[in-house]
Amino acid sequence: MTSYAIFLGCTIPARQPNYELSARKSLVKLGIELVDLPNMTCCAPPPIQSIDLRTSQAIAAYNICLAEEVDLNIVTLCSGCFESLAMTNTMLKNNEELKSEINEILAKAGKEFQGSVEVKHFLQVLTEDVGVDRLKESVSKPLNNLKVAAFYGCHALRPSELLKLDDPEQPRILENLIEILGAQSLEYRNKLKCCGGLLRGFSDDLALELAREKIVNTSKVGADCIATLCPFCFVALDIGQIQIRGKFHETYDMPVLHYSELLALSLGVPSEELAFETHKIKADKIISKIA
Amino acid sequence: MDTRFSDEITGRPGGETITRCYQCGTCASSCPVAKLDSRFNPREIIKLSLLGEKEEILSGDPIWLCCSCYNCQERCPQKVEIADIIYAIRNIAFKKGYIPKIYSEFASALTTEGRIGKVSKFVENKRAGVGLPTLQPTGIEALEKIFAATGFSKLSQKKEETQ
Repeated sequence: MTSYAIFLGCTIPARQPNYELSARKSLVKLGIELVDLPNMTCCAPPPIQSIDLRTSQAIAAYNICLAEEVDLNIVTLCSGCFESLAMTNTMLKNNEELKSEINEILAKAGKEFQGSVEVKHFLQVLTEDVGVDRLKESVSKPLNNLKVAAFYGCHALRPSELLKLDDPEQPRILENLIEILGAQSLEYRNKLKCCGGLLRGFSDDLALELAREKIVNTSKVGADCIATLCPFCFVALDIGQIQIRGKFHETYDMPVLHYSELLALSLGVPSEELAFETHKIKADKIISKIA
Repeated sequence: MDTRFSDEITGRPGGETITRCYQCGTCASSCPVAKLDSRFNPREIIKLSLLGEKEEILSGDPIWLCCSCYNCQERCPQKVEIADIIYAIRNIAFKKGYIPKIYSEFASALTTEGRIGKVSKFVENKRAGVGLPTLQPTGIEALEKIFAATGFSKLSQKKEETQ
């Protein structure tokens, strides 16, 4: 059995049980063991990088050290966590000078970064460890041509030189994984454009305009739902629709599901076990279409 | 004017590549925020920084309007790490006490909880209710040592002084 240290970050364990449950249940069904390590912290995502980049790299490296100590690769669910940890992991593995600088800081906390483990995105575990064939065989409730608008967000893909998940301008990994579940993956305008999530709290108006564009463009092509990878994209697009109603007086009813939720449903996990009540825009239509 | 501002930026992590910029504007035309808000233009931020307009850059809103999507950085023909440069400039602004409220909240949560955001008893109960495992403790003691080593502790104190 392949084992991973699961890195939850901050937002998912506190606010998105729908993401955590669907990801945990899917991976276990697909033969991946998840280990919850003690003493992990925030990954130090862009908002912390904005305060002090060196501290952020040290925090990311500290968390990687915890997995190194038990010789486990890390799987992340949140794209922000993936970005911070994978970026730092690649940078330190390829830059001796930076590695010793960070290790000087980590020594104060009794840690030393070795560079002995990998940081993988949830999607990479599906394609590289589970494999496309096994995944296909495991689908017991195909998604019946559900029309899904894949949304990568930013930090699963970029900076691509360090993250290496897929081509940053023409990615296919998420679309392929959607189609494997028996759904249709739709193309729509500005698919790779940011959801505005990180502007929330500083410029809510701008954030909402970016989210609105995403909802408008996916509605135009007739999507049944949007598939997200990141808790911030989920908030921007799900709760975002309620705020769009208030600000723009436009009503949308576009369900936003994490890819892991579509996956769990297609693997036969009962919807009642997946905390769908977390969604502000109800996903009932999607659930009944699959059942 | 401070003609040494670009040296200050290149001397910081993430800021090393700013002098490679030849002002082609690929960044601005790739930027989702610049399309919506004329206050934000990554090419302009680089130009003003290279020209030494330190106060204008550090005290203004524009540096905080970057949504960190990295589109500009992906497409820059000169391999200028624009998103990282904006982090480097924000790091300098933070040190000088120019700190948007939301960011000081992030810093404060991180230094007290080890997470951006508290996991309350309510959340713990809710987790148990839906069948999620109890959350492991965070390594806050280790973080405190890291903060002491990098000076992050002083940064968050500065934040409290300016509030």
